[in-house]
Amino acid sequence: MPPILVFARLTVQEASRRRLLLALLVLTLLVVGFSGWGFHKITTVTRTDGSVLPPDQVTLITSQLLIVVTFMYSGVLALSAAVVAGPLISSEVESGLLLSMLARPVRRSEVVIGKWLGLAVLVTIYAAGSAFLELTAVNIATGYLPPHPIELVLFVAAEGLTLLSLGLVLSTRLSGITGGVIALVAWLMAWIAGVVGDIGAGLQNQALQNVGTISHLLLPTDGLWRGAVYSLEPAAMITLFRAAGSAGRSASANPFFEANGPPLTYVGWVVGWIVVVLALTIYSFRRREI
Amino acid sequence: MAASTPAIHTVDLSKRFGKTVALAGLTMTVPRGEIFGFLGPNGAGKTTSVKLLLGLLRPTSGEAWLLGERIGDLNTRRRIGYLPELFRYQGWLDAREVLALHCELAPLPRSTWKDEIRAALDTVGLSDRADDRVSTFSKGMQQRLGLAAALLGKPELVFLDEPTSALDPIGRHDVREIIRGLSARGTAVFLNSHLLSEVEQVCDRVAVVDHGRVIASGTMDELLSGTAVRVRVSGLDKQARGKLAGFGPLDDEGDHLTFTKLDIERVPELVSTIVALGGRIYEVAPRHQTLEDRFLQLLHEEA
Repeated sequence: MPPILVFARLTVQEASRRRLLLALLVLTLLVVGFSGWGFHKITTVTRTDGSVLPPDQVTLITSQLLIVVTFMYSGVLALSAAVVAGPLISSEVESGLLLSMLARPVRRSEVVIGKWLGLAVLVTIYAAGSAFLELTAVNIATGYLPPHPIELVLFVAAEGLTLLSLGLVLSTRLSGITGGVIALVAWLMAWIAGVVGDIGAGLQNQALQNVGTISHLLLPTDGLWRGAVYSLEPAAMITLFRAAGSAGRSASANPFFEANGPPLTYVGWVVGWIVVVLALTIYSFRRREI
Repeated sequence: MAASTPAIHTVDLSKRFGKTVALAGLTMTVPRGEIFGFLGPNGAGKTTSVKLLLGLLRPTSGEAWLLGERIGDLNTRRRIGYLPELFRYQGWLDAREVLALHCELAPLPRSTWKDEIRAALDTVGLSDRADDRVSTFSKGMQQRLGLAAALLGKPELVFLDEPTSALDPIGRHDVREIIRGLSARGTAVFLNSHLLSEVEQVCDRVAVVDHGRVIASGTMDELLSGTAVRVRVSGLDKQARGKLAGFGPLDDEGDHLTFTKLDIERVPELVSTIVALGGRIYEVAPRHQTLEDRFLQLLHEEA
């Protein structure tokens, strides 16, 4: 097996043997169970006249609630990616674990790409697996299925990949805790900057709008989150918000609503961003003296 | 590359970390099949030298070749084994899996893995723990595992950086036997250690390094040609002891004074001087210099 795949396999194997996968699976099943029960309750809510909510309203409430639940999943994924990637290289350098392996005929680029690949597999599996379980539970509970489930998985996974790439590049120079914390804070700041940008759009203030645009370019996690939100919104909901007119403007400052999906050029930017950060990681690790 | 090339050859190899000189112009040659001891106090530059040779650090200046190829050559690493000073292995793997991982990275043909792993585990005495998680191993057992990893694939050159630091006396004895076995089959061994008796027992040649410079090198016979004299004495205060400086480097251990390089002809003069200074002598024991005597003498001269 080529060294890249050996390091990828090791990364997956470590997550499995250290019971990280098991912990995530159990927690996800718990969340799916509780949220499924909660979604089911929406269908049993009665109005003052004793009648149940009409299907359109159930769909609207379910889709809104599902966006909030998905935000939690994307947060767990981002948090896990940052916490796992932060010490991925630094802790193995500090402990000496990498010493005997790097003395083998192995390129440092192979170590970096292998570890990234292993974590990317985990992130993608988690994004796809948790989305499948949650959407199935929601569908069983309410009969609702969001319009673009595949895109949802891709956007959430890409958010995780972005953050794991950031954690990994920091891991080549900083200690695990420092790198993990920086990645997490950056993720939160990007999210807040996105909200600021939306407020700027609502107020038609160019400077505030620029904050959102620049943050979406520098760290595309929030931009990708908007893509995930868009793929969860039924067409009726977008129409409703747009029809709200001036109220629609204030809705644009809502981080749980997105009127337009990210353009294809932005997706290209994200791919380029990940490739550049990965190249930086390789460069930084090759320059590091161990 | 022909096996006639030396196992290690360095010319003026230097390394600086900022303003700190970790290694200052290391020039040496280690022939094939030789057990070469690299001695020095902590921080002398021993581990830096090994890491430079293995390509884990980049030299500031100078050149070096391993098995006839420039350092950093990936293919050469197939023929090299390495036990780091800071040894740690994946605690979530068992010993057999760690060795299989190293077989894979080496890379060795898969058909040979089973025999290689069994032989390496037998050699280091870990066969009965082969299927146990490394996280359950003591430090000594982890060091044995590291040694087993370094032996995989019958390397032509093995770097052992403080290979017995976590081992008990039996383990140290075993490692000496393993090192002798490696040399007998033609493998060159670069032994980094500050355990002088260990080096003295197994090495064909040694180099002593201090503050990044080699201050002496040669075969054991060349290095240990002098005589040391150990004296058991009382009644000498600090000032009186200072007056014995003319008898060469002195290792002062309270009641025992060891003159680490003193011609046997000067012993009567030493005895009369100590008596004249008010000392009471209980024992005078001349002996061949040990590596420790020589090491202390060299460091004394350096200081």
